[in-house]
Amino acid sequence: MSNDKELTKRNSNAAASETPAMVPPVDVTEDESGITLIADLPGASRETLALDVDGDTLTIEAPVSLGTGEGLQAVYAEVRSGRYRRSFTLSRELDSGNISATLRDGVLTLRIPKSEQARPRRIQVQAS
Amino acid sequence: MVSSLLRYPGDVFADFDELHRQLDRLLGARSASGSIRAQHGSFPAVNVGATPEAVEIYAFAPGIDTGALEVTVDKGLLTIAGQRKTDNGAEAQAKRNVYASERPQGTFRRVISLPEDADPDRVQASYTHGVLKVRVEKREASRPRRIEVQDAR
Repeated sequence: MSNDKELTKRNSNAAASETPAMVPPVDVTEDESGITLIADLPGASRETLALDVDGDTLTIEAPVSLGTGEGLQAVYAEVRSGRYRRSFTLSRELDSGNISATLRDGVLTLRIPKSEQARPRRIQVQAS
Repeated sequence: MVSSLLRYPGDVFADFDELHRQLDRLLGARSASGSIRAQHGSFPAVNVGATPEAVEIYAFAPGIDTGALEVTVDKGLLTIAGQRKTDNGAEAQAKRNVYASERPQGTFRRVISLPEDADPDRVQASYTHGVLKVRVEKREASRPRRIEVQDAR
């Protein structure tokens, strides 16, 4: 099983390495309860978008699909790569098991919550 | 996927060009090259493809309300204009740290010159997965035709 998976992974990597992947622009903000990451992935669909968390590394990967077109010849191209890829390192206080993601109109919004212990707390000072 | 659209066919300079762009981005430099209307790094990025029947323009403009998108054709120029709203604007007053703000925002406008044989009366535009596709049909007269050879007997 695991062998199989490895093989496909390697294959897809080999196929993908033909063109360098584009690095999508992101907005990253942090508030008390977690981190919000917004990435521009025009042409990426929900079915083909891959979000992987491996250890403390979060990887966003998606192919660019422009729908079907026959006999289409490129006249001018600014987007030359067929895929997006970007990795981020998550720090330990982030709860990587509870990441929520939405993809709408080519914009990916990721919400990475902080683990309960890492949230700021106010410590009440007791009057003695 | 239309892979032919993402690359010039057989262009050995594609990789070099990509390096050039990355350098541009790193140095923040804008080299003087190409058309004044086609600067690299403008938003949205545009790919143009042609078929014998039509010209197809793909604008990579994610996260835009289609109501705020304006596509016009005038005197052989296709204009794509619109506005991208920032989602984080409303919540900005809250305690937030911003670590990265790379996504372009605000109003944008791109003008693409269409080939002479494009028919401005037959334009279709659709928006899927953050990509605006504009299809402009070519005039009937300019389409390739097969000419029958008559037997002169």
